[in-house]
Amino acid sequence: MNSRRFFLRVSLLSGGAMLIGGHEALAQPPQRGQAKPLDPNAFVKIAPDGVVTLTGKNPEMGQGIKTALPMILAEELDLDWKMVRVVQGDLDEVKFGSQSAGGSRSTPNNWDLLRRVGATARLMLVQAAANEWNVPVAECSTELGKVYHKASGKSVAYGEIAAKASALPMPNPDQVKPKESKDYKIIGKSMPTIDLPAMVTGKPIYSIDFKLPGMLFAVYEKCPVFGGKAVSANLDEIRKMPRVTHAFIVEGNGDVSSLASGVAIVAEKWWYANEARKKLRVVWEEGPTVTHTSVGYNAKAAELFNAKPAFAIRKDGDPEAVIASAAKKVDVKYTFPFISHAQLEPGNCAARYVDGKLEVWAPSQTPGRGLQMAALALSLKPADITIHQLRTGGGFGRRLANDYLVEASWIAKQIPNTPIKLLWTREDDMRHDFYRPGGYQHMRGAVDDKGNITAWHDHFVSFGEGEKFVPSSNISPGEFPANFLQNFAVEATLIPTAVPTGPLRAPRSNSLAWVIHSFIDELAYAAGKDPVQFRLNLLGEPRMVGKGMESYDAARMRAVLEKAAEVSGWGKRKLPKGTGLGVGFHYSHSGYFAEVAEVSVDAQKRVKVNKVWAVGDVGSEIIHPSSAKNQVEGAIIDGLSEMMNQEITIDKGHTVQSNYHQHQMVRMKQAPPEIEVHFVKSKNSPTGLGEPPLPPLLPAVANAIFAASGIRVRTLPMAKEGFKWA
Amino acid sequence: MAITMTLNGKAVSVDVPQNMPLLWVLRDELEMCGTKFGCGIGQCGACTVHQDGQPIRSCLTPVASVAGKKITTIEGLSPEGAHALQKAWMELDVPQCGYCQAGQLMSAAALLAKNSNPTDADIENAMDGNLCRCGTYIRIKKAVHLAVRMLNGSSPSEANNNE
Ligand code: FES
Ligand code: FES
Repeated sequence: MNSRRFFLRVSLLSGGAMLIGGHEALAQPPQRGQAKPLDPNAFVKIAPDGVVTLTGKNPEMGQGIKTALPMILAEELDLDWKMVRVVQGDLDEVKFGSQSAGGSRSTPNNWDLLRRVGATARLMLVQAAANEWNVPVAECSTELGKVYHKASGKSVAYGEIAAKASALPMPNPDQVKPKESKDYKIIGKSMPTIDLPAMVTGKPIYSIDFKLPGMLFAVYEKCPVFGGKAVSANLDEIRKMPRVTHAFIVEGNGDVSSLASGVAIVAEKWWYANEARKKLRVVWEEGPTVTHTSVGYNAKAAELFNAKPAFAIRKDGDPEAVIASAAKKVDVKYTFPFISHAQLEPGNCAARYVDGKLEVWAPSQTPGRGLQMAALALSLKPADITIHQLRTGGGFGRRLANDYLVEASWIAKQIPNTPIKLLWTREDDMRHDFYRPGGYQHMRGAVDDKGNITAWHDHFVSFGEGEKFVPSSNISPGEFPANFLQNFAVEATLIPTAVPTGPLRAPRSNSLAWVIHSFIDELAYAAGKDPVQFRLNLLGEPRMVGKGMESYDAARMRAVLEKAAEVSGWGKRKLPKGTGLGVGFHYSHSGYFAEVAEVSVDAQKRVKVNKVWAVGDVGSEIIHPSSAKNQVEGAIIDGLSEMMNQEITIDKGHTVQSNYHQHQMVRMKQAPPEIEVHFVKSKNSPTGLGEPPLPPLLPAVANAIFAASGIRVRTLPMAKEGFKWA
Repeated sequence: MAITMTLNGKAVSVDVPQNMPLLWVLRDELEMCGTKFGCGIGQCGACTVHQDGQPIRSCLTPVASVAGKKITTIEGLSPEGAHALQKAWMELDVPQCGYCQAGQLMSAAALLAKNSNPTDADIENAMDGNLCRCGTYIRIKKAVHLAVRMLNGSSPSEANNNE
């Protein structure tokens, strides 16, 4: 395996400030794209007045990374958090390394590097002070931004010694030892979240708030049918509307993830552009997608379930034969819908094109990819594009795509020398999303008398062409319980679709965990076993199962499952009639989570989630406990929204739902009054928390509904089966 | 024709079409961007402000209808974050992305102004029009209770520990 190396650099800024930067790279760099020499202006600046500026390099979208990453640095440097300032870094992946946020990767990608940067800087500051005082380094200590020599009672603030420290040679990497976790003073404490005061006082910190003098504002009407094209429009009439400055057709480049065809209207203020849009009449060339409907997809899936699967994703043993001869078997079908991200801040982006150079202010989760896409779409050199990152009102995966960025850039290029800002309406946002794809699963399985699963067969009808899934619609051959069963098969058939799809928080897992753990529950009941015991039996001995990409730590999952059963009083509490407990677990994004839900269901199928217990193992440290708990609570409430009411349907090639009333999320009175969160700390590097708490929630609640009412939820959203919130 | 209102305690005049929603007057004419756009149809509450003390959805409020009225926005709640609710929000680290929180705070402030000791059910009813996509509802409810304790004389951390 290619090990990783760290490249650090320290330098002196005019005025006596010390700069410490670093990046991490593979020990043997890939042939292509050799990293340029490191620009030291990254990560940490220690000014003579003691103020330490840390650069939050990853996009902040509510996951708390703008606070968590600087905390790692501050810990290793022994900083006084009061003297720490955090600024959002611009996109510069040469300087910072990867700046994308998604897949809960921000923490694991930065953990080792930031600890080394911090520890190296600390050592150099100590060395500088020791040189001054003529004492051994080993006799010096650091605390709250100062170096101390306790024996002589001397101390010096970092700011005063920073200039001298930056003149020292870099220490030998072997000498640099990041702290042990028992010595942590900042990691594991809930330090005040960066931007919190700005958030509660309404400061303009979000992407939508960003403005420049002389800015014009744009709306962009895309063809309602995915992939359709604008042919003509009443542009002359639109241009005469109040305060409208420009109106033009954008041909697009045939790729809806880059630049869909449409009509741009630009005005002095956004509202005027949007008003003018009400009068817009466009002739569209709708294209072949106009025949697509959800009804058609559902009918096709039903038809495909009667035929043999098109191809195998994995086949171990002979589940067909075992099922054919089994005494106890389960044969059921599950259906889940397309859903939208519905992050609260609608898509927007600002851009300015001057003399062949493009400057963009974007709320992207993947600014690096956005830059490449804009370069391609606008025929610009990447070097001629600058991207500034702005704080965003929620990501959930929507801002992994960069369509808003390319649209804004294109519009800006048509109106050179003028900053323009594109803002979508909620309707634009919901109707032109990259949806979590729907799917259909025909599950068959068998159990023996001892409560073992003897066979598992999944016919997954999903979306794609031939054997190629559309984005985020696949199932991996290693998905649980692969490798845990001898007779196990997952086969698939794909339905072609032109509906754009993409990752939504815990992609794939957010639907698959519901199917897998609902089905395991059905098997447990068929076997007459307790659902927790049945699952422990399935996990088996604490050990690593599977290899490479498929490796799964049964010990870590057992630990969180046992803890979830313990804290929820599983099997120990007498519950009133109509109330039940359900359990689910899932491994995704390097995190192990087990959850138990207590749910009441009445005769009218009104559902109340009384409480959820969530237990997670995301490694050795919980960097910011308050934000960690917040993420888990949010994921659970998000999961409830996905279960009950959210569905995107397609009619005549376009999205039917347009706004929150048709794609409802949980409101305060529907949220569980209590969510109890526990972390099991294991000896693994810390990993992210944005995603792994979500998937187990859906089966835990569905299984609790069964325990409470005897009704199996096999279709999402549950509202389609007559359920509603109490 | 200019429309005059009292905005965060000051008389303000704007010369815009009568039907321009208050939300866009605030955000784009007056450059007060604390009030947020989420849905534009009264579903999310991100645009909540007070009209004569009552919470309203500014995205659905034509500016002409607030002529002569007192409007309070998040910028006017307390610019320094000194309102008990703002302090409670910070003490409990309520926000995730934070985008909904101006609207949440304004709904909560209107509630506390008329009900100095709300129950959970009172809070749930008052906040029913405010969506939080990040799912911070449990903390919002706790923070409203905490603000009540602070208004009754406890410091933020005392009130929090007493819970
Ligand atoms: S923007 Fe006004 S209620 Fe959503
Ligand atoms: S904190 Fe993100 S929408 Fe409420």
